[in-house]
Amino acid sequence: MSGSSIADWTAGAEALVYQSCSACGGLQYFRRRFCAACGAPDPEDKRASGKGTVYATALVCRAATPETRAHLPYNIILVDTSEGFRMMAHGDNDLAIGDRVTARFVRFADRLVPYFTRTTS
Amino acid sequence: MSFITGVGLTSFGRHEGSSSLDLMSKAAELALSDAGLTRSEIDGILCGYSTVAPHIMLATVFAEHFGIRPSYAHAVQVGGATGLAMTMLAHHLVDAGVAKHVLVVGGENRLTGQSRDASILALAQVGHPDYEVPLGPTIPAYYGLVASRYMHQYGVTQQDLAEFAVLMRAHALTHPGAQFHEPITVADVMESKPVALPLKLLDCCPVSDGGAAFVVSREATSETRVRVKGCAQAHTHQHVTAAPALSELGAEISIARAKAACGIDIPDVRYAAVYDSFTITLAMLLEDLGLAGRGEAAAQVRSGHFGREGAMPLNTHGGLLSYGHCGVGGAMAHLVETHLQMTGRAGNRQVRDASVALLHGDGGVLSSHVSMFLERVR
Repeated sequence: MSGSSIADWTAGAEALVYQSCSACGGLQYFRRRFCAACGAPDPEDKRASGKGTVYATALVCRAATPETRAHLPYNIILVDTSEGFRMMAHGDNDLAIGDRVTARFVRFADRLVPYFTRTTS
Repeated sequence: MSFITGVGLTSFGRHEGSSSLDLMSKAAELALSDAGLTRSEIDGILCGYSTVAPHIMLATVFAEHFGIRPSYAHAVQVGGATGLAMTMLAHHLVDAGVAKHVLVVGGENRLTGQSRDASILALAQVGHPDYEVPLGPTIPAYYGLVASRYMHQYGVTQQDLAEFAVLMRAHALTHPGAQFHEPITVADVMESKPVALPLKLLDCCPVSDGGAAFVVSREATSETRVRVKGCAQAHTHQHVTAAPALSELGAEISIARAKAACGIDIPDVRYAAVYDSFTITLAMLLEDLGLAGRGEAAAQVRSGHFGREGAMPLNTHGGLLSYGHCGVGGAMAHLVETHLQMTGRAGNRQVRDASVALLHGDGGVLSSHVSMFLERVR
């Protein structure tokens, strides 16, 4: 094991974490015990900066549970992070493709989820 | 060599009181009768899945219920691509001599057997359980993401996408079995309720009850012979977060493999049956398959190219968008309609020439693809 496991938002911690393979340099967002690109074991957990660019958006206006309906409308987005992996998150409803964004964390349907707003520089 | 020897399709919409097995049986009965075969002549069964009545052995449940003791049977699960994936497998099974007549069947009481919320929740589970599903996405949201990117990259507008909904509805108006019978306009689509913007209600297929079935055989059982000429698959990812770039999606890979497998090219095709869960799905797949230039599919719809009288009639039964979508049987209706067209039995929907057809199915979020060419043999 090259590094210890870092808790991320899927475990309730305010962090975006990805994995980096020391053998092939591949990056992956979905946590696994091996590199999906080359098969090498134990890719290293790394904390992401939370910076990225909006790749796609979908403003959800119809949800299927009372817990999620309470948040309508909510914007589901794909973000290309500055580290080089893609992730799904929530974001401001007026985000557009190509916007530079920064992550924070909010409560959604009793879970902690990443939420992106436009980067102010 | 394999032939589609019989097809069966129920109406789609509400089948109050019908179970998934009832709808599968009804479609299977129609397909057997169409093929001129009896239950005892069927030695292979392939079936899809039912979200209303999940079972780890649906094929044998169905076989027992329907009254068949096959020598080969199991279920197949590839989301919306299941129907064509089963057809591809049946083709290879009869070609390899494993079975003589394979019954392919799908059906589900998805509309009346559970709430719409339950259907939406069940389908959203194609997303990643840890990294996507907790964000509250729905299937329209996954496709909404794809739509926003595609529109951004190729200059496609919401009005463009609306054209596909209008076309499918126009086609459904001529089929008595379709779920919807009221004409719609681009304005109606634009004004319909937002679901997962840019997708609105009329950009989305409905939830339906229904069933579809066909028989794939080693030898033709009648004079009207429709053979599977070639088919191929491609699976690039499961989750939209892990999808490749728009220019590298599976439809382009599977169609290239299918063309290479049988030597048929797009200019040879006379009829198209393309998966249309959402308007964006249809727009993208038409362009990925080479049935329209990049960003040009909507203009082709406006020009009448994909209409019944056009150069490339498309989903003349109304597709998932307007005939309806009952799960696995939904996209199987595309093949049933194709078969009716190829055998000159489509009645008031009959196109001039459907001698060579291209069918394409998509499962997940453009995750799994099956492309297939059918050819009428004289």
